[in-house]
Amino acid sequence: MASLKELSKRKEGLVAGHRLCAGCGEGIAVRQVLLAAPRPLVCAVATGCLEVSTTVYPYTSWNCSLIHTAFENAAATISGVEAAFEALKARRKIGEDFHFIAFGGDGATYDIGLQALSGALERRHRFLYVCLDNGAYMNTGIQRSGATPLGAWTTTTPVGKKEPGKLEWRKNLTAIAAAHDGTYVAQTTISHWKDLTQKVEKALSYNGPSFINILAPCPRGWRTKESQTVRIARLAVETCYWPLFEVENGKWQINFQPREKKPIEEWLKLQGRFKHLFKEENRPVIEKIQNYIDTEWEKLLALSSL
Amino acid sequence: MTAKKKVAAITANVACAYAMKQIDPDVVPAYPITPQTTIMEEFSNYVADGAVNTRLMRVESEHSAMSAAIGASAAGARVMTATSSQGLALMWEMLYIASALRLPIVMQNVNRALSAPINIHCDHSDSMGARDAGWIQLFSENAQEAYDNTIQAVKIAEDMRVRLPVMVLYDGFIVSHAIDRVELLDDEVVKDFIGDFKPVYSLLDVDNPVTVGPFDSLNGYYFEFKRMQEEVMRRAKSVIIKVGEEFMKVSGRSYGLFETYQIEDAEYVLVLLGSAAGTARVAVDNLRQQGIRIGLLKLRVFRPFPFEEIAKALNSAKIVAVLDRSISPGSQGGPVFQEVCSALYSFDCSPVIVNYIYGLGGREIELAHFFKVVSDLEDLSEKRSKESFVRYLNLRE
Repeated sequence: MASLKELSKRKEGLVAGHRLCAGCGEGIAVRQVLLAAPRPLVCAVATGCLEVSTTVYPYTSWNCSLIHTAFENAAATISGVEAAFEALKARRKIGEDFHFIAFGGDGATYDIGLQALSGALERRHRFLYVCLDNGAYMNTGIQRSGATPLGAWTTTTPVGKKEPGKLEWRKNLTAIAAAHDGTYVAQTTISHWKDLTQKVEKALSYNGPSFINILAPCPRGWRTKESQTVRIARLAVETCYWPLFEVENGKWQINFQPREKKPIEEWLKLQGRFKHLFKEENRPVIEKIQNYIDTEWEKLLALSSL
Repeated sequence: MTAKKKVAAITANVACAYAMKQIDPDVVPAYPITPQTTIMEEFSNYVADGAVNTRLMRVESEHSAMSAAIGASAAGARVMTATSSQGLALMWEMLYIASALRLPIVMQNVNRALSAPINIHCDHSDSMGARDAGWIQLFSENAQEAYDNTIQAVKIAEDMRVRLPVMVLYDGFIVSHAIDRVELLDDEVVKDFIGDFKPVYSLLDVDNPVTVGPFDSLNGYYFEFKRMQEEVMRRAKSVIIKVGEEFMKVSGRSYGLFETYQIEDAEYVLVLLGSAAGTARVAVDNLRQQGIRIGLLKLRVFRPFPFEEIAKALNSAKIVAVLDRSISPGSQGGPVFQEVCSALYSFDCSPVIVNYIYGLGGREIELAHFFKVVSDLEDLSEKRSKESFVRYLNLRE
């Protein structure tokens, strides 16, 4: 794995001047992914915060080739780019070996783009799909998605007299990706840069499809302080809300086991989107979340011991 | 001296798959839908036998087919695909993006009705729904034209004055699945005719990375981009004519913006596109024998629509009957009718113009229906009526 010193000397993939919010987890995640990725590289990006903030015509923050077409199809678009590369290489019209990454937010991946992602994984294109999970449709103004955690406030799951935020559990997308046999699948986040770098390197050296789900806190949507983004990501790992793990050749492996699992309250209380859960009448919701996380963690422990 | 002609008895779908084999595109992303399916089945055989070097992507939807086509084309590949009906409808979002990114993708759309009720048979609702998507649209009457248009489409799309995607259209089942006499060109002739594809920008250019599909805002250039797209579409007309002339030299078959039959002295002119032109031609012959001065104008190029040329061709007619194989609820007549009206009005032409909607969901159109149209036109003529109308052929009312 590249050392921090080596990484610090690499050319930035995403350069300064983009218009992502202060404290945005996505910007940190993409910068880390691009630092870890070998060159030459072509990226695709789904419609969303990342796309609208980094490609404001006639400017671009991308140091490598980038294509954006629509919301639900970053996986299909990059699979076309990869197929073109293979075709042109076979005809000897291209010499260099390229790498391919698609970026999509959770709306673009858990929801509207799930089919295109599944298709591209099944067709076994050589590419990495990175989901930047900030748990809601942030670009359109914080609407709930299939990645929004239970109990969270969003503009479409407002806290009212009858409903205390989102009523459903989030979808386990990483496990869905892992159901595509022969795909390298991992979950990571920005607070663990070594883990993230290692996984990106592994994914891009893999001769087949790969998928990495990266938790990317959003100060606007999560109602958190801009300075706390990385801390909140770390707490998500330490409370086991967002375990770091990978699935390689069907083998599940946990990459980080907290010595002491922190209670979920510690993570929830830093975020305005969960503020209402701390009212007496909503206490059972926190309990419910804690139980869910415990069960999921046990399941993961069992899977990784197989 | 010309070489002996290669003639085959094949369907339009088989002929188009053969054209694709001769073109040997870099990437073909496709998804099966009736009645397009047999193009892709046939082409899959070429891939399985190693007769082409194409990367065939068997994608999981038409939306992904067009998305992958866009990705591949932006990466510098020559790209083709094919679809029908609901498939084209599912691609709708991506059609606009392909043309706005100026990607010369070539696609056959085998015309089929749009649901509901679900119906797999021919009408033109699918392609007419895509008429504002910024694609060049070439309609074909039979298997020969579908084959010829497919080859010409590549050259038109990739011409540096155009660089737009092209849709080749022909009628589901009536043309796609009917065995017809098709003259085929030699592989070398096709290869020389289309030449090599040279992309202007490529995602795979190591030295010149490029951002494709950026974000444009209120103070941006969206309006200017759209105006340029429209201008390029307008200019594509002359390239289509030129490519048709070049194709004549290698094939002996002539292609223009539209085809006319017996219209020089015609009082009445029928205007339509697609396979019904064959029946219409026979109807014209029959009626001519009865002394009725009637002619036919068969459209080939619907986008860009040849307004000026159409107006000139129809100017001396007394009554023009436009036949539309699609319906546009809430408008005055079908899409072809609207365009022809607009052409005649813009160039101050005098014929009375009426509209017939026919053939929806594969409903038959026979000689008798054309005779009915012409007897209507004779009535109008006797009454000296200037009134326009929209009527339906072979509809149970």
